[in-house]
Amino acid sequence: MSATDTMTTSAASGGQPRVFHVEDEHHAEGGSTMLGFWLYLMSDCLIFAMLFAAYGVLGGNYAAGPSPKDLFDLPLVAINTTMLLLSSITYGFAMLTMERGRVGATQGWLVVTALFGIAFVSIELSEFSHLIHDGAGPQRSAFLSSFFTLVGTHGLHVTFGLIWMVTLMVQVARHGLVTANRRRLMCLSLFWHFLDVIWIGVFTFVYLMGFLR
Amino acid sequence: MNADTHVDHHDSHADEPAHGSLRSYLTGFFLSVVLTVIPFWLVMGDVLSSKQATALVIMAFAVVQIIVHMIFFLHMNPRSENGWTLMALLFTLVLVGITLSGSLWVMYHLNANMVLDPGMSQMP
Amino acid sequence: MFAQSSFLKLVFGRLTFDAFPIHEPILVVTFLGVATGGIAVVGAITYFKLWGYLWREWFTSVDHKRIGVMYMVLGIVMLLRGFADALMMRMQQAMSFGDSQGFLPAHHYDQIFTAHGVIMIFFVAMPLVTGLMNFVVPLQIGARDVSFPFLNNFSFWMTVGGGVLVMMSLFVGEFARTGWLAYPPLSGIAYSPDVGMDYYIWGLQVAGVGTTLSGINLIATIVKLRAPGMLMMRMPVFTWTALCTNILIVASFPVLTAVLVLLSLDRYVGTDFFTNDFGGNPMMYVNLIWIWGHPEVYILVLPVFGIYSEVAATFSGKSLFGYTSMVYATVCITILSYLVWLHHFFTMGSGASVNSFFGITTMIISIPTGAKIFNWLFTMYRGRIRFELPMMWTVAFMLTFVIGGMTGVMLAVPPADFVLHNSLFLVAHFHNVIIGGVVFGVFAGISYWFPKAFGFKLDRFWGLMSFWFWVVGFYFAFMPLYVLGFMGVTRRLRHFDDPSLQIWTFIAAFGAVLIFLGILSFLVQIFVSIRNREALRDLTGDPWNGRTLEWSTSSPPPAYNFAFTPLVHDLDAWWDMKKHGYRRPLEGFKPIHMPRNTGAGVILSAIAVVFGFAMVWYIWWLAALSFVVLVLTAIIHTFNYDRDFYFPKEDVVQAEGERTRLLAAQA
Repeated sequence: MSATDTMTTSAASGGQPRVFHVEDEHHAEGGSTMLGFWLYLMSDCLIFAMLFAAYGVLGGNYAAGPSPKDLFDLPLVAINTTMLLLSSITYGFAMLTMERGRVGATQGWLVVTALFGIAFVSIELSEFSHLIHDGAGPQRSAFLSSFFTLVGTHGLHVTFGLIWMVTLMVQVARHGLVTANRRRLMCLSLFWHFLDVIWIGVFTFVYLMGFLR
Repeated sequence: MNADTHVDHHDSHADEPAHGSLRSYLTGFFLSVVLTVIPFWLVMGDVLSSKQATALVIMAFAVVQIIVHMIFFLHMNPRSENGWTLMALLFTLVLVGITLSGSLWVMYHLNANMVLDPGMSQMP
Repeated sequence: MFAQSSFLKLVFGRLTFDAFPIHEPILVVTFLGVATGGIAVVGAITYFKLWGYLWREWFTSVDHKRIGVMYMVLGIVMLLRGFADALMMRMQQAMSFGDSQGFLPAHHYDQIFTAHGVIMIFFVAMPLVTGLMNFVVPLQIGARDVSFPFLNNFSFWMTVGGGVLVMMSLFVGEFARTGWLAYPPLSGIAYSPDVGMDYYIWGLQVAGVGTTLSGINLIATIVKLRAPGMLMMRMPVFTWTALCTNILIVASFPVLTAVLVLLSLDRYVGTDFFTNDFGGNPMMYVNLIWIWGHPEVYILVLPVFGIYSEVAATFSGKSLFGYTSMVYATVCITILSYLVWLHHFFTMGSGASVNSFFGITTMIISIPTGAKIFNWLFTMYRGRIRFELPMMWTVAFMLTFVIGGMTGVMLAVPPADFVLHNSLFLVAHFHNVIIGGVVFGVFAGISYWFPKAFGFKLDRFWGLMSFWFWVVGFYFAFMPLYVLGFMGVTRRLRHFDDPSLQIWTFIAAFGAVLIFLGILSFLVQIFVSIRNREALRDLTGDPWNGRTLEWSTSSPPPAYNFAFTPLVHDLDAWWDMKKHGYRRPLEGFKPIHMPRNTGAGVILSAIAVVFGFAMVWYIWWLAALSFVVLVLTAIIHTFNYDRDFYFPKEDVVQAEGERTRLLAAQA
């Protein structure tokens, strides 16, 4: 960028010559990826905002059905939150080992993260199946519709994160920690921690505040 | 995920996404454990007498915990991408605030103005 | 017998022979027309052996210029469909008085006004605006392409996929009969059990993916790929408006996606978000969809404000008056557009405090818009104005849009809105701003940048024909609707009892015919221009004496846009270069790093269409299968690490040498 092409200078009216071209500066390949992915996360954040808004407006409409206090099992939610938090820190370890270029350790931490993620999704699914079994399915009331949609959308995101993680593990195994793979792992890191942030909203506004109603 | 190549990139340092250190990850983890446990304890142990106070406190904890995650796990800072990520985040938060509070406000007034029995929404 | 029918249900869902509207003569004739035309086009392409060329050079292209042109073609094709709907509605309303029921049964008429709105907004205005942004923005900022070239191709094909689903509803099943925003409970499963609403939902969802991703792509492009020296406050105004537009897209289309997901859950799963019972609230849908809907209005109009700014400056021979205020006005509108959504449903009953808040914010938003009008006026003031086609559209816009803006401020007053809500006054108002703003702007943009895209100007005579038919036709078509709206006539009526109103709908129908002639003239203009292209050829690359960087390269630009990345010193970079005696570099060329073409976008979008179709018709096995295939295809695509190549130096030297020769021949 600093080296300039003297061919294109001209004797300008102002006196000193103006340079109109740069010696070709190479835009780093994939240099926009992190920003682009961040923008995607922001748009995803707004999807969740809508679901939170739906829960906020409709969450009190029990239609003479069960209320949060009848349904929510806070110890289970606490365990679930623990799973997600642990998966967050293990993904952080994966990123740290990735920076040192240690393929095996990175893969190991990714496996641990995925296991925590699977545990999270399984606990959530069993919670859902209990609710549905007890006649408190998403069709029962607007409160339950918005509850299932909000929490389920988060779970769906975690599931896709897991699929993505497995894909990346295969790609790292094939190509090693090349630049492209590092960038992909960093994108997934953003995604994974972003889901954690959403979960903070979920357990606070849906579970804990619901229990206070 | 797009236009990915194996061409090595030599980015300037301003564009390099921020990485955490072991120390910052562990600090973040410790803080978020504390910030998670306290609200659960407040609700499950029925510690505060007033429900309203409990709600306010756990909301405050949620906000702090979100900030902690943003800083220690998502490595938000005003320098990465020349501040564009932080700006995008702030813009999004403003919109989330507008749409959430706006919807609640609008729909609350709508419900309040309906000349129906207030118990109607509880009916099937 | 029973076993057979349940087997058929398993295989085909609810798709039966009854879905094909063979008993509706209008649709049969339309189908025959479309089929004949389609076969003719396919036959011609096959006869001239163009399939390979189209696939290699266009469909799989990741070149932002080609993708931009394809968006424009999509928009124009869909304009013909959307306008056919408009013409039928105008004819129906002109005929259907007293004893006459017109020629459209209610069942069909309701589909037409829904399809007209959906198509015109999502598949005409959006592609045209996105196409112009795609083509122009990278050139204006001195970039080689967008940030994510493959994603760009994918976004385009997803938009096409949504369009295909909507068009499919014409001949397989039917379309929604709910109005373009599909308010529940009418759009719920209880009152719209048929496939029309599902076509609506999946058409918009598939296209919405493309729109959101293309928004992300263009923001990243503008933020990251500006030529060195192009600070934010040195960006061309069109790039600024494109940036704000894409911010609005990324921040509002997720809202639409989420709302439509909730509506689909109500329809498919039986949840109770927008139902009348079990605690659901239909007004929540209205509230949420307008949180998307209002920014959408600005998504359409902001980029054309940018076009008018470029055109006004270029054809007045001056720099834009008040560049800084223009930028700030645009940014203000971007933020304010999220604070006004309730003015679309003042009558819902939220009460005085809510209504006055949103009424006031709505009036505030007209201030930055008004500032822009004055900026364009002062740009023209004492300018050496050349009344080329883009400038004519700009002047027509300024006159027409001000009327639309003022009727908008009238609607922003809640008590007045209680009278005018859902009347033809409203219909007249938004056509006034969308035709007078967006459509005129898109035509200004097309005639302004056409020579850049294809290397020859558009024919002036037929352009003038199109211009006058459109402008006069617009006034004939929509001024009567203001009158009718004041008389209290509501929108979407199929039949009128009061014969004294007929004269107005008749005038409106006459206006629609004039607009039809305007569209025809536009098509003739393209045809004539292609035929006379040698006479209209632009060899300089700068046919209008332009001010921004896109005019510094050849027309059409080479695949790599710029042999050397420009270094920007000032606002209006190309004007600055010309002023300082710029000379083109003639040697020192290098190979250029470029992305490779890929068919993945077409394939993914085709699978998405299959998925949408299967969901519409409840063909569950196909839906599940296509979804899995969709995810797998996307994953397989990420296993391809070899996505770029170097455009060889010899080719750059040859292309630039050619341009040097042409420029020398000019001089």
